[in-house]
Amino acid sequence: MTPRQRRLMFLAGGLAALGIATALVLNAFEDNLVFYFTPSELQAGKAPANRSVRIGGLVEAGSVQRDPASTLVRFRVTDTAVSLPVAYEGILPDLFREGQGVVAEGRLGADGVFQARQVLAKHDENYKPAEVTEALHRANPTASAAAPR
Amino acid sequence: MLPEIGQFALALALALALVQGVVPLAGAARHHVAWMSSARYAAFAQFLMVAIAYGCLTAAFINNDFSVQYVAGNSNTLLPLYYRITAVWGGHEGSLLLWVLMLAGWGVAVATFSRNLPLDMAARVLGVLGLVSVGFLSFMIFTSNPFVRLFPAPVEGYDLNPMLQDPGMIYHPPLLYMGYVGFSVAFAFAIAALLSGRLDAAWARWSRPWTTIAWVSLTCGIGLGSWWAYYELGWGGWWFWDPVENASFMPWLTGTALIHSLAVTEKRGTFRNWTVMLAIITFGLTLLGAFLVRSGVITSVHAFATDPERGVFILAFFAVTIGLSLALYAWRAPQVGLGGRFAAWSRETMLLLNNILLVIAAAVVLLGTIYPLAMDALGAGKISVGPPYFDSVFAPLMLPLAALIAIGPLVRWKQDQPVRTWQRTRLAVIAAAAAGAVWPLFYANWSPLVSLGLFVALWIVLAIGLELQERTRFAPTALASLKPAYLGMHVAHLGLALLMIGVAMVKGYEVEKDVRLSPGETVEVAGYAFTFRGTIPQRGPNYMADRGTVEVARGGTPVTTLYPEKRTYASKRGMPMTKASLDRGVLRDLYASLGDPLDKGAWVIRIYYKPYISWLWAGCILMALGGLLAASDRRYRVAVPGKQAAGAMALGRT
Repeated sequence: MTPRQRRLMFLAGGLAALGIATALVLNAFEDNLVFYFTPSELQAGKAPANRSVRIGGLVEAGSVQRDPASTLVRFRVTDTAVSLPVAYEGILPDLFREGQGVVAEGRLGADGVFQARQVLAKHDENYKPAEVTEALHRANPTASAAAPR
Repeated sequence: MLPEIGQFALALALALALVQGVVPLAGAARHHVAWMSSARYAAFAQFLMVAIAYGCLTAAFINNDFSVQYVAGNSNTLLPLYYRITAVWGGHEGSLLLWVLMLAGWGVAVATFSRNLPLDMAARVLGVLGLVSVGFLSFMIFTSNPFVRLFPAPVEGYDLNPMLQDPGMIYHPPLLYMGYVGFSVAFAFAIAALLSGRLDAAWARWSRPWTTIAWVSLTCGIGLGSWWAYYELGWGGWWFWDPVENASFMPWLTGTALIHSLAVTEKRGTFRNWTVMLAIITFGLTLLGAFLVRSGVITSVHAFATDPERGVFILAFFAVTIGLSLALYAWRAPQVGLGGRFAAWSRETMLLLNNILLVIAAAVVLLGTIYPLAMDALGAGKISVGPPYFDSVFAPLMLPLAALIAIGPLVRWKQDQPVRTWQRTRLAVIAAAAAGAVWPLFYANWSPLVSLGLFVALWIVLAIGLELQERTRFAPTALASLKPAYLGMHVAHLGLALLMIGVAMVKGYEVEKDVRLSPGETVEVAGYAFTFRGTIPQRGPNYMADRGTVEVARGGTPVTTLYPEKRTYASKRGMPMTKASLDRGVLRDLYASLGDPLDKGAWVIRIYYKPYISWLWAGCILMALGGLLAASDRRYRVAVPGKQAAGAMALGRT
């Protein structure tokens, strides 16, 4: 094999490896993108079925119910237009509170209840997740500035 | 009065940084000795001014001077003294001041230890560092002044975020910043080399210890951050692929590539352009990290409060710095020769593959971190990229990298035969494969991925062992006579192997359980019986807590008792805070944290069993120690005048 052929072989091998790697990366990427929806959009059926999505909004005051026998928690997330029932099993973040902003990741069940796999609340009193601000704004463009924190 | 002195010192520091950035560079271009010599004095003076400003801010925190807005927002009279001192870097403005202090500190270090560098080289390096300082100082003075006064001054401060009231806060940010900022030195060396056209082995030798020390600091900073998140946040995770973690991880990956590519440039004179490029990329990624953290574009534990003006400033700084660097690179790099040739199977090839894998890894992280931001900015909707993406992409990249670590040090420079390498390592391969296959059998279920991870990690360990056996027979005198740089390499590689074992075991066999427990109830996790004994209220210096008692037993014999707490901080934030309780061990950690109280004294309790998790941090410590050993090598401190001149001539200076 001449050096030229060998170099070409290396080049072809390298490009093939790179191509395969790129394909694998983009595939994994595509599978793990989590899209974000507001409760209104979710209820209108805009979210893809069988795919994890994120929702954001405020925890509706007085909506949090704990199951006394297990770690199940039920609450409603609202963007002030639509309020969506959410079920979650596990420990809620320290700053999860009624009337406060929250982001939940999970799927919308056939019964219309959002089954959350993960619940994120803000980490700081001053801070409202961008998704929540956005949800309030999309539901009610004029009043969002005055929306409670 | 003190805050005004601090303010004034900052302004002076900016002026001095401008001098440091302009005069020495002009001097180097015009061969003006006095101008070049000014660099050192400017670096010292600038550091002094920043240190004065830093001292003034610290004094304001110690004295509870709430007329300073930043102090009022991040401290409180109830806060213990040591947290008042560390609260200086608890928010955006103060942490930026720490950043600038570190940068000026690196400048002083370069000025002190560059005595055996040619004057023009030292002047250019310090000049570039001065320009970087100008960028960060103006950013602070014009968008995030820590000395802004508040009138009327509040009687009480708003308090430091309770999450930051932890010893982790004392070490994590300074070490992380040391690392981040340290890569500016590597960048300054690269730009100085491009400017002078002296891109040779001598340049690589000067640059190496600085780059290694920066890498050591970043390694410690990231490791400590992970360790802190693990026990502090009550989530029990050690890495979340959070955008800010990624922001520190990307420069670490390219910085690791840089260390290895500098080795090739020093030893063989090859990879010169690539090394310079890596130094620029790494510095660019540290700036990008600053942008991600400080512009408020991301939702994260680390993100500071939003201010679009800051984001725009850093982005502009990033664009100008990287744009100019790349333009300089495009102009100068083609004049740099290719260096020594090497065969397809050689140490150079191994290190090239190492670099390719590390850079791809950084690119993969960058894609996952930036893509959601880009989509959001383009109005294409909000999305997020989940940890499964990073996990699934990282394993296939890291396994071949680990195999390279095992093989690489065995392969000769310039040219070698695969057969010879195989003969040298086959014993290690066979033993590691057998041990890797058997080890997981002691755990719940045998998993091929865990086994594969253990195999490559053990391969590294055994390969190092065989190599040292061959060289020294483990005789103490022979071991002591090994070069620190050589030993450092093996220690750092051993560290990575330990880290991989930890990751494989934790990923494969950790157990996480959220359960509802009434007092007296028991839950079994991974063979350990956790019995909840209820909670009692307790008072801390500035918080109230519910302190739970969880007794752990195995096979009827008590193992330990855990005391997880749920705290509510007394300051007006009234913020609840989970304090997990851990029983650490070499082979496993047991972990309990309190979730939410239910009725009749019952709580939701999170219980974790984490096998080998301490190996993760042991690995980080070994990597850092290895780096320190390597950087301490004598040859970095001895000038080799003859060689330098020859190198510069060979390059054909322009």
